[in-house]
Amino acid sequence: MNVPTQRPSLEVRGLHKHFGNFHALKGVDISVDHSELVFVLGPSGSGKSTMLRCCNRLEEPDAGDIFLEGDAITGKGVDLNAIRQRIGMVFQSFNLYPHLSARKNVTLALRKVLKQSSDEADARAMAALEKVGLADKSENLPAALSGGQQQRVAIARALALEPQVMLFDEPTSALDPELVGDVLAVMRELKETGMTMLVVSHEMQFAREAADRVIIMDHGQVVEEGCPQQIFEAPSHARTQSFLARVTGGA
Amino acid sequence: METEALSGLDRFLQTFVNWEVLVKYTPSILAGVGVTVWLSVLIIVIGMSLGTLLACLRAYRIQPLSFVIVIFADVFRALPPLVVILLVFFGLPNAGIYLSAFMVLFVVLTLILAAFAEEILWAGITSVDKGQWEASRSTGLGFTQTLGYIILPQAMRLAIPPLTNRAIAITKMTALGTVIGVPDILNQATTAQSFSGNASPLLLAALAYVLLFLPFVILSRWLERRYSWKKA
Repeated sequence: MNVPTQRPSLEVRGLHKHFGNFHALKGVDISVDHSELVFVLGPSGSGKSTMLRCCNRLEEPDAGDIFLEGDAITGKGVDLNAIRQRIGMVFQSFNLYPHLSARKNVTLALRKVLKQSSDEADARAMAALEKVGLADKSENLPAALSGGQQQRVAIARALALEPQVMLFDEPTSALDPELVGDVLAVMRELKETGMTMLVVSHEMQFAREAADRVIIMDHGQVVEEGCPQQIFEAPSHARTQSFLARVTGGA
Repeated sequence: METEALSGLDRFLQTFVNWEVLVKYTPSILAGVGVTVWLSVLIIVIGMSLGTLLACLRAYRIQPLSFVIVIFADVFRALPPLVVILLVFFGLPNAGIYLSAFMVLFVVLTLILAAFAEEILWAGITSVDKGQWEASRSTGLGFTQTLGYIILPQAMRLAIPPLTNRAIAITKMTALGTVIGVPDILNQATTAQSFSGNASPLLLAALAYVLLFLPFVILSRWLERRYSWKKA
């Protein structure tokens, strides 16, 4: 399992999802290679968040397969809690535990899922908080942190479990513009350490600079994918062109 | 006119603050305080625990189980406590079940508190943001772990003000035990009042209730402050 293979780190095949009568995902195929940063763009309602949430089964897909390092994570008999340890997730609304300090937000899963001693967990939590530049805020409750700081603690919380892939669901959308930069800087550093990342976001500039590959989704389908230059400068699909025109025109 | 008024005041003092009567019956009132305190502690500890357990069980959304819990909570919240106390105390012996008056009062008030506590905590559990569940589950914590470490502490925080109010209200109902002969504060006081033909023991009982429940009220204030961390 730990032997590097030719298979991608994360592989999504033929994913379908319905919400009542709404067909949210219509056969989505996506793959993310090791240490790759893949950016998913698309209009709201395009199914990009739903796709991401299927990747750790916060959303249950109706059909299709998802593999993490070659291990199927969909279907019956999968140990969900075990698979989720290997997939870090960062949410738009941070979702820090408001009753626990930044450090305890990070240590909880280390102690209860990885069964680490509190000393081990503390050491690893402090290392993770150090990485996101918030070691000095370790004893603060979330309410005493800015939005950007909260999101960085949330990244540390996911990172501390040493996941094989990190999922970002619009990580900067709830932030004031001046706080976005710190979070993006942390994501950029993560990429430099070789983390495999799948990011749903509207940060075009960041996508252009940091992404290895950009995927455009619309109406529950992948419309186009390619390197950032290709997508942003020479989009081949009409829907990509109109989406980019609307987004960049509005910015 | 002045002597009339003075004798009126005298009569009042004679009736409510008669030292002789007070001295004589203070020991029995104190014994009643012991009974009331013991009962209150038992009811609060067990009633709250049972209510919390039921609210947690309901979180698993197992249909038949949730249904039974809802019925239990609704029935016990709807019935007047005195009705249940009398029904159990005078009814159960006919069915061959003999419980002491103390036991009846304890069981009935505990169940009533549990019913209210379940509803209050359930409201707390459902009002915790769905993102909290998702964040916790996404790190590999299980449903029960998430409930225990993440959801319940936040539900408790929301539940503390209504829960303490309810606990105070229910424990004050221990005075209903008088009707079935539980030797609590009020029972001792009414007995003393009828023996002495003087209302001073009742005033003493009132004082005892205030001294007993005032710290409780203050404690609830402190709890509300202690657990009022801001939402992130």
